[in-house]
Amino acid sequence: MEQGYNFAYLDEATKRMIRRAILKAVAIPGHQIPFGAREMPLPYGWGTGGIQVTASIIGPNDTLKVIDQGADDTTNAISIRRFFARVAGVATTEHTAEASIIQTRHRIPERALREDQILVYQVPMPEPLFRLEPRVAETRRMHALAEYGLMQVRLYEDIARLGRIGTAYNYPVMVNARYLMSPSPIPAFDNPKMDRMPALQLFGAGREKRIYAVPPYTPVKSLDFDDHPFRAIRAPHACTLCGSTSSYLDEVVTDDRGGRVFVCSDTDYCQSRREKAA
Amino acid sequence: MYVAVKGGEAAIDAAHGWLAAERRGDPALPELTLDQIAQQMTLAVDRVMAEGSCYDRGLAALALKQARGDAIEAAFLLRAYRTTLARFGAAEPLDTGGMRIARRISATYKDLPGGQVLGPTFDYTHRLLDFALAAEGAPPATVPEREADTAVVPRVAELLAREGLMQREPQGEAEPTDLTRDPLTFPADRSARLQNLARGDEGFLLGLGYSTQRGYGNAHPFVGEIRQGRVTVEFTPPELGFPIAIGEIDVTECQMVNQFKGSLTEPPQFTRGYGLVFGHGERKAMAMALVDRALRAEELGEEVTAPAQDAEFVLYHSDNVEATGFVEHLKLPHYVDFQSELENIRAMRADAMGALKQAAE
Repeated sequence: MEQGYNFAYLDEATKRMIRRAILKAVAIPGHQIPFGAREMPLPYGWGTGGIQVTASIIGPNDTLKVIDQGADDTTNAISIRRFFARVAGVATTEHTAEASIIQTRHRIPERALREDQILVYQVPMPEPLFRLEPRVAETRRMHALAEYGLMQVRLYEDIARLGRIGTAYNYPVMVNARYLMSPSPIPAFDNPKMDRMPALQLFGAGREKRIYAVPPYTPVKSLDFDDHPFRAIRAPHACTLCGSTSSYLDEVVTDDRGGRVFVCSDTDYCQSRREKAA
Repeated sequence: MYVAVKGGEAAIDAAHGWLAAERRGDPALPELTLDQIAQQMTLAVDRVMAEGSCYDRGLAALALKQARGDAIEAAFLLRAYRTTLARFGAAEPLDTGGMRIARRISATYKDLPGGQVLGPTFDYTHRLLDFALAAEGAPPATVPEREADTAVVPRVAELLAREGLMQREPQGEAEPTDLTRDPLTFPADRSARLQNLARGDEGFLLGLGYSTQRGYGNAHPFVGEIRQGRVTVEFTPPELGFPIAIGEIDVTECQMVNQFKGSLTEPPQFTRGYGLVFGHGERKAMAMALVDRALRAEELGEEVTAPAQDAEFVLYHSDNVEATGFVEHLKLPHYVDFQSELENIRAMRADAMGALKQAAE
């Protein structure tokens, strides 16, 4: 373990400040809590919010899994996993079932999470309304008044012009029927997994200095219309490696003549299915 | 057959090894020392200290060396170090009136108490490449002698304020906002705005300041004064109860004088745009002063029409460490989201092609 730094890098006073923000966030599901995000030794945009949340909740007995795009072996996931191995000396794993904390960028694991697990999301833009209204002072007011008609109108315009909703990821959700929330840029395919999930879901946005949360078993509903219900999108294929027809797939281009294969984005899920089949 | 990509860990190590070799350059050439950087790349060091918001020439020089001369990367390194340091409290306000002046000029007066002191400036140099510098071993230039500076050099803004022509700034006892501890909130008070600008990117502030001169925001600025030199930093330890000097730092201060036509409650007078930067950062201090004044539009009852007057726009986008992180993060893998976009656009195209075909039949 790295000498000269506190356990999990952040000093204890900072961790306490972040835990307070987390507690507030859990108390008001889906509401964004401003917090004094610190400058981390990894760049903004690389997951500084998620890293600070993880650093504040991790203990020596935790087992950490880090995924980016669903995979444990993507470079940024490796880098963050190494960071915690270095500054906290904690056990790390690539198996979803073995992890007590899972830090993620852009995916929710395929395997259902349990009550004794925490899912930490890296969030680039915590404000779900920012494309409609960039002024933070104004969006805070809209949240306070639950004034979300603008977002419904945007989705309606998509349907009117394109016949379907044009948002395929970072698809807005209503949390506990009160706050409109960005699920972070996960594919809309993953949205239903958030609903009444037994695990605690924490969201950290470092650059924007916001934390929010979805406590266990909280209702999370993707915005839609009665006559245009929410649809989860996945590539209509089976995984080339494990044969799964229900997991989220990555399209991998194999040549320049239109050749492509589809494989699971969740590498642990894919691997364990192949091991079981073997 | 597709094989899942592995080996990211080894690739990261190899990339960092290559980076270290690139940083060193040709090993036949002597390695740069931190002293050389701190002494001969002074303005780069100053910029890194300012945007890294940490006054330490040695660490800034190290950051520049490690960052291969990239100022933003160096500022990032310095900030990531700074954030691990304990914070003892807020210093007393700097008394720039008591500055040991290296340079002091005013554009609003031909001459004034304390005089015009050009100091070490690029102004009036002819920008001709000096090939003598390319040859090593040139005799060192000497600092021209000048009289020992004991004269009090009053600040121009103060001269105007005594006549009632310059708006006085409200005196506050409260500790200034610290954006390194508390997130930016709106409306942002002046201390938060000034801290944000002092840490902000020089290029961004330069462009914004420039825009106020070209009609985006109604600026009528004069350089009341620019002064650069050494000031004493004082701190009051709670156990002592009185201020003690804890060191000296070099700073550049710019006070812009701006016309103000008055409001219902205030008579016509001049108002101030203020810039203060670590080290010798004249361009940044001037740009900061322009933007500070532009951001006061709302409190002065002026119409907010231009980007430089929009506090959220300016303050949320001035920080180059935040900006570079978010811009550059686009190179991280986004293929999961892209896949959902692919599926969506294929479906939308199928719908559209079907509709076109139907229309044609």
